[in-house]
Formats: sequence, C-alpha cells, structure tokens
Amino acid sequence: MNPFEYVQPQSADQAAGLVSDGKAMLKAGGIDLLDQMKEGTIAPARLVNLNAVRELRSLRAEANGLRVGATVTLAELAAHDGARHDFTALAEAAGSAATPQIRNVATVGGNLCQRPRCWYFRSAEFDCLKKGGTVCFAQAGENRYHAIFGGGPSYIVHASTMATALSAWDARLHLASPGGKSREVAIADFFVLPKVDETRENILKPGEVITDILVPAQPGTRSAYRAVKERQVYDWPLGEVAVVLKLHGQVVERAQVVLGAAAPVPWRAQGAEQALVGKPVSAETARRAGEAAVVGAKPLGGNAYKVPLFQALVERTVLAAAGLGA
Amino acid sequence: MARKHTIQAGYDGRLEPITVHLPDGEPEPWDAQSKLRIVGRPVPRLDAVAKVTGRAKYTQDVMLPGMLYGRFLRCPHPAARLRGIDVSRAKAYPGVKAVWTEKVGRKLHYQGQEVAAVAAISADVAEEALRLIQVDYEERPFVVDATKAMAPDAPLVFADEKLPDAEDAPPPRAKVTAKGNVRSTVETEGDLEAAFAEAEVIVEGTYRTQVQVHSALEPHGSVARWEGDELTVWSSTQATFGVREQLAAAFKLPKNKVRVLCEYMGGGFGAKFSAGPWSIVAAKLAREARAPVKMMLTRHDEQLCSGNRPDSVQWLKLGAKRDGTLVAIHLKSYGTPGVGTGAGTGGPVSALYKAKARRVEEADVFTNTRAAEAFRAPGHPQGCFALEQAMDELAQKLGMDPIELRKKNLQNPVQVAELDRGRAEVPAWKDRGGKLSPPSGAGGPRGDVRRGVGMACGVWYKFYSQATQVEIEVHKDGRVEVKNGAQDIGTGTRTYMAQIAAEELGLPLEAVTVRLGDTNLPVGPGSGGSITTPSIAPTVRAAAYQVGQKLKEVAAGLLKVPAEQVTLGEEGFRGGAKTMTWKQVCSRLPGDKLTVVASRAKDYEGLRDRMGGVQFAEVEVDTRTGVVRVVRMTVVQDFGRPLNPLTAESQINGGVIQGVSYALFEDRLLDRHTGQMVNPNLEAYKILTVNDCPEIRAVMFDVHPGFNNTGAIGLGEPPTVPTAAAIANAIADAIGARVRELPMTPDRVLAAIAGARGEKRAQATPDQDHDQRKTP
Repeated sequence: MNPFEYVQPQSADQAAGLVSDGKAMLKAGGIDLLDQMKEGTIAPARLVNLNAVRELRSLRAEANGLRVGATVTLAELAAHDGARHDFTALAEAAGSAATPQIRNVATVGGNLCQRPRCWYFRSAEFDCLKKGGTVCFAQAGENRYHAIFGGGPSYIVHASTMATALSAWDARLHLASPGGKSREVAIADFFVLPKVDETRENILKPGEVITDILVPAQPGTRSAYRAVKERQVYDWPLGEVAVVLKLHGQVVERAQVVLGAAAPVPWRAQGAEQALVGKPVSAETARRAGEAAVVGAKPLGGNAYKVPLFQALVERTVLAAAGLGA
Repeated sequence: MARKHTIQAGYDGRLEPITVHLPDGEPEPWDAQSKLRIVGRPVPRLDAVAKVTGRAKYTQDVMLPGMLYGRFLRCPHPAARLRGIDVSRAKAYPGVKAVWTEKVGRKLHYQGQEVAAVAAISADVAEEALRLIQVDYEERPFVVDATKAMAPDAPLVFADEKLPDAEDAPPPRAKVTAKGNVRSTVETEGDLEAAFAEAEVIVEGTYRTQVQVHSALEPHGSVARWEGDELTVWSSTQATFGVREQLAAAFKLPKNKVRVLCEYMGGGFGAKFSAGPWSIVAAKLAREARAPVKMMLTRHDEQLCSGNRPDSVQWLKLGAKRDGTLVAIHLKSYGTPGVGTGAGTGGPVSALYKAKARRVEEADVFTNTRAAEAFRAPGHPQGCFALEQAMDELAQKLGMDPIELRKKNLQNPVQVAELDRGRAEVPAWKDRGGKLSPPSGAGGPRGDVRRGVGMACGVWYKFYSQATQVEIEVHKDGRVEVKNGAQDIGTGTRTYMAQIAAEELGLPLEAVTVRLGDTNLPVGPGSGGSITTPSIAPTVRAAAYQVGQKLKEVAAGLLKVPAEQVTLGEEGFRGGAKTMTWKQVCSRLPGDKLTVVASRAKDYEGLRDRMGGVQFAEVEVDTRTGVVRVVRMTVVQDFGRPLNPLTAESQINGGVIQGVSYALFEDRLLDRHTGQMVNPNLEAYKILTVNDCPEIRAVMFDVHPGFNNTGAIGLGEPPTVPTAAAIANAIADAIGARVRELPMTPDRVLAAIAGARGEKRAQATPDQDHDQRKTP
C-alpha cells in the first residue's frame, strides 16, 4: 500500500473541497476503498475521512420520507424502526449485505459508490477496460457472476445492494460540492451504463460528496427484498430483487421491480412491473412477472443460470412483498 | 526378548483374543477391556487458553531483535523465461537490507513463481521496494487446463527438462508411460473384459472435481536467524524434521547446525511439508543482511501459489451381477498437479470394494500451474465423489437399497457394521425406506425446496513412522516433562501426550508438561497420512512405562522389597504393606533427574490395516435457485481408541466442514485466456463459513485394532473422504438428477435439473415414474 495523507474534515463542504483535486478519495466505512488499495489497483495520495462529519450521520423519518445520511451504517438502517415498518425492502437489503461486522462499519453512501467486484477489475494483473485498458476480460472469460442485462462494452454487475433497494423506492440523492453548492438527483439518473462511460458507475464528479438520501414516503405500499447467494453469509448475491407494490385491495396499482447483480446498474424490470399493474397478486401473476422480468436477458458463456434464477427470485419477492410468500 | 501377550481386539462388541508379541520395553497394550483414568476422557486442549488469549506464539507472531521483513516478487505469467532483472533501485531504496533474485535465464513454469525477494525494515517498505524491480520476461506458450494439455499440439510444460519425480513408487503391477504433458499409470487385476462380459448390469459416467486450495488460516512462512554457522528457523510447518533436512541440504550444513521450531501452527492440511522458498530465501536474505528475516506469505500468495489439491476428470464403469455382486471396475482418471505430481484418484476404487477384475488408469497431466501438494487424504475425496455416486446409480439400476449393495461388496467388515449403525442413526434414511422416496416439503413457495438424504463410504489406511522417539524427564521435585520434536498440527498432540504419560504414571494431568515442535528434541514424524498420533502416542506410553520401571527399582530400594513387587498407581509406589508417594520417590532420585528415551516399536499383531467410515448427508435443495443447504452430516467412523474424545470429535468436525466446503464452494479459477488466477483471495475463493455449516453428528464406532500399546489410530484424513460424495448422493435424492461436477454450485444444480427434464422428454426409461416424482 502506498503512503498517503489522511485528513478528517468536519463538514461536507470541507470534505468536498479536499477531494476536488482528483488525487484524493473519500473514505467512509473504508471497506471497499481499503480492498482496492491493498490489491494495488488504486493509490490515492490523500484519504478524506467522512466519519467526523456529523451532518452525514443522521437517520430520521420526515414528513416527506426517510432521510438517510450518507455515513449511516447498514446496521443502523437495518435496525431502524421506521425503515423496517415503512420501507421494508430497504431495511431487509441493509440487513442482508456482507457480514454483521462489515454492516457495522459499511455506510449507505459508501455502498452506493463502491466499485464493481469483477475479479478482473479487482486484480492488478488485468489491465481491463474499466481501468483504462482495451479489453473486458469477462466478456469471453470467467463470467459466472457477470451481467445478463445492460452489458457492453463492460459486463460488470453493480455491486450495491443498497442501490437495488433504493432504486425500487425512487430515492433522491443530495450531492454537495465545494463552496456550499449542492444538487439533487434521482437515483435512476445517478448510475451510468458502460456504454455511456465504461470507466465509471455513477455521475459523481471530483469534489462531489453524497450528503444524504431521501427515500420518498409512499403511503399504502408494501415491499420486500430477496437475494440468492452461494454462501449464506459473507457473499455477494448471484441475484437480488427489490419489489415495492402499491395495492388497492388485492389489485396492484403501481409496481417497482428492481434487479441487482443483473446489470452494470440497478436494473428496473419494467416488463415485470407491467405484468403486475392492474392485476391481483397471486401465484399466477407473480409467475408472469418473473417471466417478464427476464425477457431480453443476454447471458454470457457462464451465467445463463442467472435467467431462471432471477425468474424465480422476482416471483418470490413479489409474493413476499404482497405478504403471500416466505 | 519378545514376550507373548493376549489382548481383546475387535469392533462393535465383537471381541476376539489376539496373541501379540511384545518387544522389550513395551508395556502390555491397552485393549478393549482396559479401564483408564485420563486417556479416553474429554480433556480440553492444554493450550486452549494460550490460543484464545493470543499467548500462543505462532510463526507469524515471532519477533526478534533487529528482525527484517521479507516479501517475494512473483512471475505474473504462466510460462516465461527470465531474460533479465534489475534490482538496483530496490537495493537503493531506504530501509532495504538485502535482495535475492532468481537466476537469469531460468524458465518459469507458473504464475506466482518466485523471481526476486527483498528484506527490509518493514513489510510495507519491502513491498514498495518490490515495485522498483524491473523484470524482463520472455513470455512462452503455456497451458493451464488439463484437458487442453493432453492435446498433441499443446505447449510442453517441461520441453527439454526432466519430469518431476513421482512421490510414490508405482504399484508393482503398474505400467508407467510418459508422453507430452502426460504421465500415466495403468494397473490391471484379473481379466477385465471377461468380467464385464459376465456383468448383467453396467453403469458408467464421467465425474469432474475442481482444484482446491489448502487456504490455511496461517499462511506459509518462516523466520530465519543465523548465529555464526548455526541456523535457526521458526516455520509454520507440519514436518519440523523434514524442514531441517532440507535446510541442512540447501546450506550444506550438518543437521545439528540447523534447528527448526514450530510450537504452534495455524493449519497445514498437507501443504506444509517442505522448507520452501519462504524458508530458504529467508535464510539467504538473513545471511546477506546479517539480521533475522521473517518471510510470511501474504494471503494473495497463499491462495495463488502455495499448493493445492489437483482436479480430476474420472470416467468410471462398474459391472455387477443381478444380485448386486460387483465383478468389474474400470477407472480412467486424469487431472493436473500443475508442475508437481499426485493427481491420481484410484485409491477408493482399489480399496473399498471387492471385484474379480479391476483396471485403474490414472494420469498426471502437467500444466503451467503451481505444483500440487498433498491435501488431506490425497486423491480420496475425488475418487469417492465418482465411485460412490456410481454405486448409487448401480443400486438404482438394480432396484437395490444402496446400503445393501455396499454391504455385499465391501472389503472391510468393520465398514459393513458401520453401515448398519448409520442406518439406525439417521431417521431420514429410514423414512426413505432404502430406495429413493418421494420428496417432502410440498406446498407453497417452500414446495420449491426438496429434501434429500444420501450416504457414502470412505477408506483410509493405518500408517505410522518408526522414526519416532520420546524423551521423558522426571525431576527431583516430581515434575514430568514429555518431549517430542514433531509439531502439533492442530489435532491435539500436546494434550494426549500429557494424558498418556499421566495415565501410565498414576499422576494427575497437571503434573505433566509437554514440549514439542523443536528439532532439538527427539525425532518425530511429519504430519501426513494421519500418522502423527499412531507414531507418537504409543512411544509416549512406552517411555512412560520405562520411567515407571526405573522408578519402581528406586522405590524397591526404599521400600526394601524386590522391584517386581512394587506397583505404581494413583496412590504412588506400593510394596509390601508400605506406600511412598510419587514425590517422595522422585526426591530420592540419584543425580538431578531421570531421563528415558523410548523408540516407536514396530507394530505388532492387530485386526486390519484399513480404516472405514461412512457419512450420511441430509440436504435441502432449492430447485428454483439451485442453492444447496446441507442440514446435517452424520459420521460413523472407526476411531480406534479415542485418546481424547474432544479432539477426536474436532477432527470429525474439521474434516466434514472442509468436505462440505469442497462439495459446495471452493474452486480455484484460472482465466482461460491468460492462465492467471482470478480468485487469489478469500472473497472470491469461497470457503464455508458459519451460516453454511451443517449440524455434525459424530458417532464414534467402537474399534479396538491392536497393533500398538494404546490402540490409537490417526483421524486426520478419514473424516473428509466421503463428505462430498454423500452430499452429491443426497442432492440426487432430492432433485432426481445427478450433479457430476464439483463444486455443486447453483449453476450446476440448475443445469442438472434442466438436464433431467430434457432427458425425460427425450426418452421413456423404466425409471421414468420415479424420476417424475423426484423432479419438480
């Protein structure tokens, strides 16, 4: 690991100023950052620790929704009564990622901004497309964990479980930049497909800091998050799904179905949503939603199993959101 | 003068008298009827507190004054020639004290091979210095996949070099041939073609197993220190004396100038027999720097290039009579030991079942990958994965209970009894009613989850090393020290050494101190082949017995009775009507202390030289996602005399956990285009953790084997042999389809389910009704 400077700002504005030169990196929980530094794939000259910035740590229910500070930990969010009650999928997702030890340290903002877990990207041995090289080694290589939607020219999947759940809630992100400036973006506009820019996963500019995330209140909704993992702890999902349903009686008025570990960004399964709207939730409609969710999937050589897997997972998560499944 | 003695030996209550010939200095063996005080009791490990509090010092913890830290620079290519290397900038880097390089011109055969090393004032400085080394590699054609390496036009791994020596001599009847990257052995017994012609039912299939990395918690590594021409090396090793031999040879030193220490070790599993570059280069750097050097592998190094279990492709054909009698077995197997040896999988096929004809064709296929190392029961988990699935298929085809089929054909009668015991211990098997039964768990989304139960047999052997000596010192204050220089690989050697000495001498456990893991102590075995316990335990007892004899002579003088009339027990020495305590007698020892060195006697008569073992797996398979959960493993294992049931059970737990992990998760993955490993870490190289660990039930099957004075046998390897095979059979029971490739990950389980559906549509077989019930 390279020597680096370590700074501890007291405000988001200060933090933004300290990362605007492009040589520094933000550190919240440090989970993903230290992994990359230890692998030798990044060597930032300065680390800007966000953990002393009090304004980023708040987690509270407001009239218009749940406000989640960027450095709220996954464990705090998973245990938050308001989140568990009104934003079940979000709390379930936060409680599912990684391990208890990691969830105690990993933050919501850090989780959203983490880099892909692709083994080629993570290895200093492979000069891959995402690191400025010319080849996506996964495309014709070892791609069992890679994308079945939205791939090309890079075939990573987005690693953030929180992004999957927050996308199903149409969350809004607040970004601060130096000089007290800020902007708000819809989560759907935050992430970037590789065909737009294969070297990045989101629109965050140097000097920008996520300060908090608003999960809009959606009265009358029910939700669920489910993941399938090879190992039942300390593993990345093979697939994960967040579903938010607005029900009128048994009939679906509005549905949001988002697939994680499926594509380079959180993947909105609009076909599944359309299959649900206007219908009562039943085993049959859930099955149709599952089928619709995987229409158009383009598996690579080693990940075709993800297609039936997502089909089952969407089906189950829809039933779970409606209170009909496990 | 050998003397005759009769012991009670046997298993499962079936005892028979066996006459054994005891050499001089041997106590009467403990047998089935011995009543013991400390041996056989659950004794917590004597070093448990030291380990959990961190007081136990592993190699990783050794800190010496002025010690430097070493790191390796490794070849990133699977095949290259070292055309040039420039270390001048690294040498000049502040804090760097010594640099080692491989010879220019040398061929490099695998990713991770050592090219240079640096010793510096910290590990960070050493790593920074490595980045300043300029290496000029001439990349060469390579092959990393065993199947591709067998092609006639495949690049030759050892083009103009000698092939690595095979570890074991080939069996006497075997034919060995070497061509290209392939070295194969064929061994035939009986008339195979005639036997298959006679067979009424035949099954055949191809099974594949992956490369497994040992992944010990403590990586390989050593600390080397020179004092004049004397070399001391602390090493994380499972063979202190083996490492001493190799270091003495490498530095042309007499053995008594080299001392190897390993007081505590954090896991070996077979990969830690050799001195390795981490010891030899550490010693070279230490000599150059005139300071001790610690060279521990990083986790990346450990996963990439410190040894592995070879993969396998096994085609297996079994022929049987209608009544289930096996008549012919034919195995063709190959796999890659990288640039090493030992990819054979034929052990179980040779040693489990009777058959009038048998052919075992095995091949080591050399590839540009790190040499394999021995790994907990080499070849056997792989071999069982094929053989025990094929046996289940045969049972299904014959309409026989898989247990009855095995009972009919097993070579080892102990194992026949173990199968009956297992059947009684596993209610799920009884519910299955012998044949395959309909799955449970219907209704609701949980209806996607099918339960299954399966079983498999394993085999292992009874080895020991006669090159084992134990020294016992009795001090005048009554303290007893028991010494052997071998390491405790983690099985509890330290604890049973104390138990045995205390038992034999009538002392409480606390009165005994154990010293081990130091080549300045008497010689002991490398921990391979489950030999440590059967080598050391009887030698401790012999030494303690001889101590007792000598002290009885001292006591006889004090009690004024003939030595033959003195007894030694918990109350001390008794002779005539008088008693003297242990301490009283010890205080009258002539000189400072009594020292006895005993050697391992040759094994005498006993029951059988093979170990059995059978495991039952109960699984739940999610048929929509392919995720397998192993709910429970029931292990019926012949134990010999469990010296300490707690540590014996630990061996069962460890073997099963490693076996489940092998069955479901672990897989070394190499990029097919570059030949480089994509998962040299513990995140993407997946090992079982807490939520995937099944309930493990160990049934200690009563076996009194004879052979040595404690009746102990080694347990390190047997409990991991049949685990993956039992799980595979349970999965087949659950989903009505076979997963013939390890690890049995969701993608493969889903493919097996989809494959079974496709097959059924394509053809109507006599098994169709059954298959339809089994398949979701």
